[in-house]
Amino acid sequence: MADLTTNFLGIKSPNPFWLASAPPTDKEYNVRRAYDAGWGGVVWKTLGSEGPPVVNVNGPRYGAIYGADRRLLGLNNIELITDRPLEVNLEEMTRVKKDYPDHALIASIMVPCDEASWKAILPRVADTGADGIELNFGCPHGMSERGMGAAVGQVPEYIQMVTEWCKQYYDRPVIVKLTPNITDVRKPARAAKAGGADAVSLINTISSITNVNLDTMSPEPSIDGKGSHGGYCGPAVKPIALNMVAEIARDPETYGLPISGIGGVTTWRDAAEFLSLGAGNVQVCTAAMTYGFKVVQEMISGLSQWMDEKGYTSVDQVVGRAVPNVTDWQYLNLNYVAKAKIDQDACIKCGRCYIACEDTSHQAIWMKEGRVFEVNDAECVACNLCVDVCPVEGCITMERMEAGTTDPRTGKVVSDDYANWTTHPNNPGATAAE
Amino acid sequence: MTNSPFTPGIAPGRLRPEDYAANFDDLHAPLDAHEALVAADRCYFCHDAPCMTACPTSIDIPLFIRQISTGTPEAAAKTILEQNILGGMCARVCPTETLCEEVCVREEAEGKPVEIGRLQRYATDTLMTQGVHPFARADATGKRIAVVGAGPAGLSCAHRLAMKGHDVDLFDARPKGGGLNEYGIAAYKTVNGFAGAEVDWLMQIGGITLHTGKALGADLSLDALKAGYEAVFLGMGLAGVNALRAEGEDKDGVSDAVDFIATLRQAGDVSSLPVGRNVVVIGGGMTAVDAAVQSRLLGAENVTILYRRSRDDMPASRFEQDLAASKGVRLVFNARPVRVTGNGAAQALEAEYTVSGPDGLKGTGETFTIPADQVLKAIGQTLQGAPDGVSIEGGKIAVTGAGRTSVAGVWAGGDCAGGGDDLTVTAVAEGRDAAEDIHTSLTGG
Ligand SMILES: Cc1cc2nc3c(=O)[nH]c(=O)nc-3n(C[C@H](O)[C@H](O)[C@H](O)COP(=O)(O)OP(=O)(O)OC[C@H]3O[C@@H](n4cnc5c(N)ncnc54)[C@H](O)[C@@H]3O)c2cc1C
Ligand SMILES: Cc1cc2nc3c(=O)[nH]c(=O)nc-3n(C[C@H](O)[C@H](O)[C@H](O)COP(=O)(O)O)c2cc1C
Ligand code: SF4
Repeated sequence: MADLTTNFLGIKSPNPFWLASAPPTDKEYNVRRAYDAGWGGVVWKTLGSEGPPVVNVNGPRYGAIYGADRRLLGLNNIELITDRPLEVNLEEMTRVKKDYPDHALIASIMVPCDEASWKAILPRVADTGADGIELNFGCPHGMSERGMGAAVGQVPEYIQMVTEWCKQYYDRPVIVKLTPNITDVRKPARAAKAGGADAVSLINTISSITNVNLDTMSPEPSIDGKGSHGGYCGPAVKPIALNMVAEIARDPETYGLPISGIGGVTTWRDAAEFLSLGAGNVQVCTAAMTYGFKVVQEMISGLSQWMDEKGYTSVDQVVGRAVPNVTDWQYLNLNYVAKAKIDQDACIKCGRCYIACEDTSHQAIWMKEGRVFEVNDAECVACNLCVDVCPVEGCITMERMEAGTTDPRTGKVVSDDYANWTTHPNNPGATAAE
Repeated sequence: MTNSPFTPGIAPGRLRPEDYAANFDDLHAPLDAHEALVAADRCYFCHDAPCMTACPTSIDIPLFIRQISTGTPEAAAKTILEQNILGGMCARVCPTETLCEEVCVREEAEGKPVEIGRLQRYATDTLMTQGVHPFARADATGKRIAVVGAGPAGLSCAHRLAMKGHDVDLFDARPKGGGLNEYGIAAYKTVNGFAGAEVDWLMQIGGITLHTGKALGADLSLDALKAGYEAVFLGMGLAGVNALRAEGEDKDGVSDAVDFIATLRQAGDVSSLPVGRNVVVIGGGMTAVDAAVQSRLLGAENVTILYRRSRDDMPASRFEQDLAASKGVRLVFNARPVRVTGNGAAQALEAEYTVSGPDGLKGTGETFTIPADQVLKAIGQTLQGAPDGVSIEGGKIAVTGAGRTSVAGVWAGGDCAGGGDDLTVTAVAEGRDAAEDIHTSLTGG
């Protein structure tokens, strides 16, 4: 069986599945049960400075987006960092770490953006025996208005400055958690690296309003008739997170910087995708909040089964494997020609491919006598929409045309030479092909 | 309880009151709001949906299901009722397993169709319990139309005509409107007086005057109707029944299944209804199944359906056959009645096995006897009282196009007219289409 133990920044954990800093990791009671349930590591719910803790709203703090059958696809929250006294959290962390030496325990921290505040908290965190710290520069709500969280994460200079303080006053690994609420995630990642960060973790939640109550005209979650933007997470954010992870993984300036992948990890497959795009491990919040700690068992069994099937014997062998295949659009092979194929035996004749193509794409599917749906290769541009709307997995596939055959749409013979936009005759800035 | 299922002969009160209540409860419980959302989520919103094509009234099924899933069952109901004003009854009685649900792509995909019938009931019940009638009449045209028969065909025709601004006189021979919805459909398909409530709700459109106890042929003549109205629609169903032509048919205890059912449907207290200890139903359609099942529900000990052809030939769907079997009815195929025996009252039925060959059905000569204190004949209804002058074809009023009979100004639809299956939903479709055609021909539109 594949070995799932991971060594992330020298921090060992039995598997790459960590719980992200959030309600599941807010106290000793949860964290012990999480480790017992199989989670490899835990990023403790973000700690604030000494003194009276923050207060949360006393009404609903979550909003949700559903798919069919009320399957939770996206969750939004207006919760703040831990609302329990620092002292209590530190004591609990110390006890837990002592009892679970083989599991990862990371302290997430968010204190004001001045050196004194960081200098004050870091030694106390070090005393707990935690394996490292994560700097929360991510929360889009509540704390950012006070000059913390995303307010720091959106200014690369601040990231670098705070990271430097941490490296100065703390001698274990420093992970910088990035906010997705920016235009180019490579900038804050580069700043973290410049500040000496051992790793970045991403994404934190995305600024969002999930919905509006049309009776009261208040955004949800509604507190006494008013709502505030919150942070969005869960399966719906995975594509955004994957792209950001990949951007950092392939950026020459941050290449090789360890990444902890976060955002919508719900199944082993999601986790494997993050790993393949360069994450050394993953963190999970919403899936645990939706299904409880036990979901990790499926992630563990699924990842090891898949690794066995593929012949990977350790997580390291998976990490970054897909990164070389992430490229820019202009380098995609324009000589790659595919056509949709409909498996008539698998087709249930719903007609969704037909109407999607007919109304909104290229009129390339025929609806024939007896609800037989067939692709007209002379019109099909291989856009994939039919595949995406078909309810039956595997029923419609994209088949590559063999070199030497003629594409009936363009009348051109398919070539197996690689040719991209940079050399295309239609490109005004094309450089002549060699 | 003085009697039991074992009391010999034909007797009432065979069961405990709570058994009657349970037996005649809804066959399919209505979906609650949560169940409706879960069921609605399964619809794929098919293009040119096969379910919609299979529906004789062409209800836009994917649209109404989507309206349910977005929390607007009232809008869903309107989508249904625009096409089928008796969408509430059809949701309860349609053999969906041979119509929309049979062709649902989910049936092909995983052998479990979207529960279209129950979703339709959820939508229409939601609207109807609010007492809302979602349609208004167009400006009055001043035209008057006579509709004969207040069954599904007549009601649907009358409603559509009223909506178009015409005034309708609706005549029915029976004391109540509704046709077989009121007198025929199995009790457990339309509980709590739904048939009557639906007629009242439908009449809220206005412009329809129901005249009960008025029979064409006795109280009314086609000539008089033609003279007094600008158009006539005949929706009189099949009021006659076929004769068994078996020896002993006249013995006590032998009766028509439709009469047995009509009595049951009109009974205030089903425990007062007498039923045989040993009941044999002859026939293979919905009437046979309903009579057999309801005999069991009334407390008959043994109920047998005798059908002369094979299971595959049986007009009642496999779903209906299984329903009968699940209620303890025994189904005997390839057998026909020879004679009813007994001294004045029926005691047994003698039957003969059959085979079907190139020249039709033949007896094999092998006979058997089943105890039978009650024999219910369900071997088909026939057209009765069709007015002279109207052409008849294959035992039904001949029609062309949207229900035009051979007589100008006279339309027909539903069971009495040729074409289409004898189903509630088909009758609704034909009544509606005839109304549209009448409207067009009267307004020259
Ligand atoms: C026992 C039984 C069970 C059935 N179960 C189902 C089922 O589950 N699902 C389904 O879809 N279909 C079922 N059907 C069939 C369905 O009931 C009919 O197809 C449908 O009612 C036909 O509608 P209609 O309006 O044409 O006729 P009817 O419903 O028969 O209505 C005709 C009306 O005309 C009146 N009338 C007759 N003669 C005259 C006259 N001379 N003058 C004035 N009025 C007259 C009658 O009193 C009656 O009210 C069943 C039928 C029977 C008999
Ligand atoms: C209710 C809630 C509270 C959160 N609190 C914190 C927090 O205190 N610190 C932090 O760094 N991230 C916090 N997060 C963000 C998560 O750690 C994580 O980055 C995000 O939810 C994306 O992962 P997911 O899609 O698996 O949920 C919170 C998320 C939720 C849902
Ligand atoms: S066939 Fe089934 S899935 Fe398709 S539209 Fe009709 S109910 Fe929905």
